[in-house]
Amino acid sequence: MAEGANKKSNGGKPALYKAGRDELVNFYREMLRIRRFEEKAGQMYGMGLIGGFCHLYIGQEAVVIGVASAIEDQDTVITGYRDHGHMLAAGIDPKAVMAELMGRQGGVSAGKGGSMHMFSPSHGFYGGHGIVGAQVPLGTGLAFAAKYRGSDAISVVYFGDGAANQGQVFESFNMAKLWELPVLYIIENNQYAMGTSVARATGASDLFHRGRSFHIPGSEVNGMDVLAVRAAADEAVTRVRGGEGPIILEMKTYRYRGHSMSDPAKYRSKDEVQEIRAGRDPIDQARQRLLDDGFDEAEIKEIDKEIKAQIAEAVDFAQESPQPDPSELFADILIETDGEPA
Amino acid sequence: MSIEILMPALSPTMTEGAIARWLVKEGDAVSAGDLLAEIETDKATMELEAPEDGVLGRILVPDGTEEIAVGTPIGVLLEDGEDLNQVELSLAPAAEPAPRAAEPAPSPPPEPDEVTTSAAAAVADDPAVPAGTEMVTMTVREALRDAMAEEMRHDEDVFLIGEEVAHYEGAYKVSQGLLAEFGERRVVDTPITEQGIAGLGIGAAFAGLRPIVEFMTFNFAMQAIDQMINSAAKTHYMSGGQLTCPIVFRGPNGPASRVAAQHSQNYGAWFAHIPGLKVVAPYSAADSKGLLKAAIRDPNPVVFLENELLYGRTFEVPQLDDHRLPIGKARIARPGTDVTIVAYSIAVGVALEAAETLAAEGIEAEVVDLRTLRPLDMASVVTSVKKTNRCVVVEEGWPQCSIASEVSARLIEEAFDWLDAPVGRVTGADVPMPYAANLEKLALISADKVVASVKAATYKD
Repeated sequence: MAEGANKKSNGGKPALYKAGRDELVNFYREMLRIRRFEEKAGQMYGMGLIGGFCHLYIGQEAVVIGVASAIEDQDTVITGYRDHGHMLAAGIDPKAVMAELMGRQGGVSAGKGGSMHMFSPSHGFYGGHGIVGAQVPLGTGLAFAAKYRGSDAISVVYFGDGAANQGQVFESFNMAKLWELPVLYIIENNQYAMGTSVARATGASDLFHRGRSFHIPGSEVNGMDVLAVRAAADEAVTRVRGGEGPIILEMKTYRYRGHSMSDPAKYRSKDEVQEIRAGRDPIDQARQRLLDDGFDEAEIKEIDKEIKAQIAEAVDFAQESPQPDPSELFADILIETDGEPA
Repeated sequence: MSIEILMPALSPTMTEGAIARWLVKEGDAVSAGDLLAEIETDKATMELEAPEDGVLGRILVPDGTEEIAVGTPIGVLLEDGEDLNQVELSLAPAAEPAPRAAEPAPSPPPEPDEVTTSAAAAVADDPAVPAGTEMVTMTVREALRDAMAEEMRHDEDVFLIGEEVAHYEGAYKVSQGLLAEFGERRVVDTPITEQGIAGLGIGAAFAGLRPIVEFMTFNFAMQAIDQMINSAAKTHYMSGGQLTCPIVFRGPNGPASRVAAQHSQNYGAWFAHIPGLKVVAPYSAADSKGLLKAAIRDPNPVVFLENELLYGRTFEVPQLDDHRLPIGKARIARPGTDVTIVAYSIAVGVALEAAETLAAEGIEAEVVDLRTLRPLDMASVVTSVKKTNRCVVVEEGWPQCSIASEVSARLIEEAFDWLDAPVGRVTGADVPMPYAANLEKLALISADKVVASVKAATYKD
């Protein structure tokens, strides 16, 4: 693809990753873990065990699992507030994520971040950012650091169709191309920025074109199919790591739930949601591929049971984890230097 | 009719300049717009153009002359056919300009012959500096540059990024020589993109680098304040201590000169409000150097507020291999017994000037330079107030929710029983900065206003 070129994936015929049997099982298992985790989070929210804002990732699982399978341990990931799935995909223990949602000491941010502000740099995961679009220059800075150090790590920066209209996204695109930074921008277009559809938010709804005036190539990907995501991510990651500079992938995806737990989602019809759930669900598609590949129902049920047990364990851990000690209130505001010259 | 060519004002803060060289000779014919001379201002070398067609009749101030006041006649332009001898020269240069050779070099790097022992400095000795330390005279601008250069030599992870920091060497010439020494990888010119630079710098700091982000002025940092607060200040806490953000945001802050409302604002109180940030606002060159070095080493995000009007001021700076000062410690800039004047940044100079006036009238003021606004060294203020029993806070900025308000409130809480008078506040007027010279003067703090407030606090008015 020439510099600045933009395309719909493969001329309308989406490229699919040719997954081996183990990979297919893994994709299914990882996506299902997110689905079950998020369903449970929704229940816990309903029971009052999770407070504040809670944005579920249900429906979008193929995006983060497909991309995560294409990157390396040295690469970094950053995203916005709809971050539970990204954390699980980064290999972070569901127990620590669930405990964080419940505001417990055992949470990945010691209970002080909550749903929207979770981090685990040891997993290459840099948040979890609550200000829409703020993660885009931050992630561009992670790419700057990789290039500054001469490493061949890349930075994967996720943001939504809503964030795509923030000014700092364009500031980031400009710098990323100017300095040819190793950054892969993933636009998770789930069709709605809170209650505003893409068509009601922009006159240019082909979001993969958003880098065109900066000469950043972009393509549109079927974000409901993990194999399509993986194929597109493979190509993009190779090129970004190879020093070609930033690339944009627009993942066409869909969230089944409201924007947050407090959103009744009156801005779209139940039929619209049902149609996508019935016809394009990423987990159902993966399950069907397993069946086509010769798995029997019993084997798949085993995976389902395994995931269910994991999530139950996460909930138990979270509920048993104590609330943060009151001394945590004033902990970790600044790194202590004892007033001496640092 | 001959025309006097006057020393031009080429920047908002320029009061004098030097003639680097004339580009034409006496007797040369010139057209309007032709370049006549190169003028060195406090910030840059600028070109002077001929205002009219004519002949350069006389050069009144030769190449290399320094400290020529703005408005001084420097040459005479004759109309075509006019004879210099027929022109009545009633030109009286304002002051006899000193030739350059007699002056120490103004900018980089200080010459060895500038080294002096500590003498009558405007600011009292700093107890943090060992007695007997050799001192070198330098401007705040040079001190800041040296601080960055030393820290960049010390740590490969330190880099400077901002608008015009590299090839232009800083909009206010603070980064002179850094590109030449460290190259484009570590001295990074950016587009005009404040929010982007701030966010990119914070991301790089999350990854363990130590960025110095220069804002051309802090007025433009308003475009970036979301990143500074929501990303830089809060993430260490929100991550339960996992992520760190060792970054310095620096640049000129506070009113400059005649640049009006959108370019004349003090953000000290804004940033000092935020847990998770450190905020430094030095006055002298020694503090600028010692505290900037400390800020760059600090593992936390530091907002480092400079002042454009101080960049060109000269102070004595300790000649130490590694002059670093503790962040969060005020210092006594002038000892006294009768009243405590608390100030920071450029207001320290105003307070010291007022203290001299007061001393002549028998009032000995102790001037406390806060140096850091967060953490605020109230212990030093309280100690001073327990000695003097009176306090006036001086701040170049708006009064409501100011540092002056904070110091005043904390004194009520922590030293109420030692106060013999209400705490006075001398601040900028509560208005957007006006452009007109007379109105601007009314809006700014002055030594007279401080003197009046001290007299009220000491019941001498």
